[in-house]
Amino acid sequence: MADLGKIARRTFLVGSVSIAGGVAFGTYVVRKPHANPLKDDLGEGEATFNPWVKISDTGITLIAPHVDLGQGGASVQAALIAEEMDLDFGQFEVSFGPPAAAYYNAALAEEAVPFLSTDTSFQANMMRGVMTSAFKLLGAQVTGGSSTVPDSFEKLRLAGAVARETLKKAAAKEYKAKVGDLSTESGHVILPDGQRIPYTSLAARAAKTKPVTNVDLRPESEWRLIGKPMERIDIVAKSTGTVRYGIDVNVDGMVHAAVKLNPRQGGALNGFDASKAQAMRGVLEIVPIKNGVAVVADNTWRAFKAADAIDFDWGPAPYPAEMDDHWATLSQSFGEENLDSVWRDDGDLDDELANATSFQAEYMAPYVAHQPLEPISAIVRADDDGAEVWVGTQMPRFVQTNVAAIVGCDPEDVVLHNQYVGGSFGHRLEDDHVKACAEIAVAMKGTPVKVTYSREEDFAHDFPRQIAMGRMQGAHKDGQVSALDISIAMPSVTDSQTSRQPLEAPPGPDSQIAAGAWNLPYTLPAFRMSAYKAPPLAPISSWRSVGASTNGFFADAFLDELIHEAGADQLEERLRIMNDDVSRKVLEAVGEMSNWGSSLPKGRGRGVAFVRSFGVPCAEVIEVTDTPNGIKVDKVFVAADVGKVVDPINFDNHVKGAVVWGLGHAMNCEITYSDGMAQQSNYHAHEGMRLYQCPEILVQGLENGAKIRGIGEPPVPPAAPALANAIFAATGKRLREMPFNKHAKFV
Amino acid sequence: MKMNVDGTSYDVDVEDEMPLLWVLRDELNIKGPKYGCGIAQCGACTVHIDGLAVRSCSIPAQLAADKDITTIEGLGNDETRHAVQEAWIEHQVAQCGYCQSGQIMSAASFLLLNPSPTDDQIDQAMSANLCRCGTYPRIREAIKTAAAKLRGEA
Repeated sequence: MADLGKIARRTFLVGSVSIAGGVAFGTYVVRKPHANPLKDDLGEGEATFNPWVKISDTGITLIAPHVDLGQGGASVQAALIAEEMDLDFGQFEVSFGPPAAAYYNAALAEEAVPFLSTDTSFQANMMRGVMTSAFKLLGAQVTGGSSTVPDSFEKLRLAGAVARETLKKAAAKEYKAKVGDLSTESGHVILPDGQRIPYTSLAARAAKTKPVTNVDLRPESEWRLIGKPMERIDIVAKSTGTVRYGIDVNVDGMVHAAVKLNPRQGGALNGFDASKAQAMRGVLEIVPIKNGVAVVADNTWRAFKAADAIDFDWGPAPYPAEMDDHWATLSQSFGEENLDSVWRDDGDLDDELANATSFQAEYMAPYVAHQPLEPISAIVRADDDGAEVWVGTQMPRFVQTNVAAIVGCDPEDVVLHNQYVGGSFGHRLEDDHVKACAEIAVAMKGTPVKVTYSREEDFAHDFPRQIAMGRMQGAHKDGQVSALDISIAMPSVTDSQTSRQPLEAPPGPDSQIAAGAWNLPYTLPAFRMSAYKAPPLAPISSWRSVGASTNGFFADAFLDELIHEAGADQLEERLRIMNDDVSRKVLEAVGEMSNWGSSLPKGRGRGVAFVRSFGVPCAEVIEVTDTPNGIKVDKVFVAADVGKVVDPINFDNHVKGAVVWGLGHAMNCEITYSDGMAQQSNYHAHEGMRLYQCPEILVQGLENGAKIRGIGEPPVPPAAPALANAIFAATGKRLREMPFNKHAKFV
Repeated sequence: MKMNVDGTSYDVDVEDEMPLLWVLRDELNIKGPKYGCGIAQCGACTVHIDGLAVRSCSIPAQLAADKDITTIEGLGNDETRHAVQEAWIEHQVAQCGYCQSGQIMSAASFLLLNPSPTDDQIDQAMSANLCRCGTYPRIREAIKTAAAKLRGEA
């Protein structure tokens, strides 16, 4: 990888400046430093160098501000600090860190601007700077957008390096040695005579030592951890059943609550009769809350059961009650008045369409639920002057603010304990369940209340992935693709999400309506991409890979049609029009891995797809067999370029999981509405992939990109088009609507 | 009624129809078995009753009383881990890990009945346990490793 350190430093000034002001917090807002979030609860004898490292005489805690949703975030963040600090796994604990403005997420902000992630022009960098500043001001400590590694890569290593050098300085004073004669190893400073001084015994002295801020990051050749297989810090606990997720947390004196909210999401509660529930065993309280009712009991199951026994009179849905009307709304959104932005318009499209063989197609993608396996839950105890919250969340600052508004205190008086999360895929970017819990807690001041959503309640109130429609046209001439015109309509995910937070939607067009389609690195005689913002329909939220999850399917599957019509080879033609070297190598890699071009027996087919999302070019080749019982997905070959693979094992696991996610939902998942209610209530109706359907998946990580990128989402968008393209190759049938089981049978 | 869980006997005062899962989680504070779907669709709540894997979310307490119940925490612990747990660690199967208690309990019971399973048999036996993170490729490999360990070959 070329010169990562230098590039990172240029675009990401946080590290070095951050430490200049004193104890590491100087530059996290545009003008004035954020307060050190750890300082308030520092015990006697503890020193804090910056918000990521905490050392006392009894132990070392590394702070991972990005919550662990299963992506291994805690491990990878710890590894980055430990790399520079010369710590070994096992010598520290990891904490998710209290909510604090200092932990804003710069990498996420960088992706929110309308420039190609590869575009480093002056204007693009200016815009990224502005957005980064806006995020700093918001103090958006958000986990998402495949940003944990990009956001952390420089910051956390710098934190480790500053800690290391400051400890050496402290040791030099304590033991009357020269700093230059000291070294560090496995959590110790090594004195010239070989004596090993544990970091922990230097904590008090280090607390009185001015931090050393002119540190250099180690060159890649000296890395002990990064790039090598690691054992996740949570792997033993997750294999012995001893990890405690948010849903497992017990607080003394805690009671259990269940909720029933209007299944027409956002609709009103007109009335209810809880007389039967009130009389049931274990029921302590019936508490009306916003758009619903909570039952508080002494046991989760008793609360569920009593909630089921309440009779409700619900108001209508604030969106069209029937699915057909949702599609009709999208269909009517391809007009001037809904045009959000034309993201690119290369060449003379009309001319190219007129002078070649052209055709059109319409693509559709349904609402899809997140439904990670851990149902949403939260614990809140409301007091007279504040609150305490235990929950696994991707946006702790927002939770703090929202709980404070309900409890009637300052956000600073809400103490939040972030927890391990049993999967999210975007689900924990929402916090309505925490707000519901806070409402119940206010009605029972002083008592910790845990709310657990039943799976059915979770499904009914999952803010699903956006519904989307693509109207595509294109042309080919002389055996080559000559024009591509992509129009996509969807409601704005950004608008819907921000409507539930104390936020205005950011100005300008919504990049997610175009993500994955406009930024394809292809040069064609004509290439236009127009994004249409449909009116709000059902409330929606970020679903693993967000806009690219629908748009990548539309764009690549239609390109596959065009290439087929042109009579060209699917891989060769994509390579011919490719204008980005890093992307080209990714496509070439899957070509080699899959032995592209080799013949397959009759009834088998091979499809390729390429999508770039979150700055990561990712290509997939899928092989399927058309069996008498349906389509069987045999093999998937994946290549992606993230600049640097931090942990090859986690990378491999993540990519495979993202492929399974992309394929499973493309095959058989949708949320549909009837009478204003989601019709799918549990996994039997929204299954995803099961183990017997899982193909063999071969993964290659490339490191040609100049910037380090996250891998949580980018392998999702190419999965659906690669599968559709493979099914076409095997059967001659084009699938233009997800889920594919509407039009094809799977084994 | 009396519950024997992981070698300890408990007296519990619950409705006959309370699912075993909620007796374990809320009455006995045994949190290894997870609530996922409540209708035996996902397998996150899997425990052993008299050595056989069952979905604790769908077993009434009454039917579990006086039987020997084993949860993930009784299958093995940090000192003495079960071969399946060892294999799960070796292959670093878990991502979020929430389904893995159930996956491991299903795998342990399955390997007891079928010590040398074929790939197809593994697929069939393990397909009732849902993993939303998509760790299936690693689950397959870990089961093979665990089977070899249990046969004394690894």
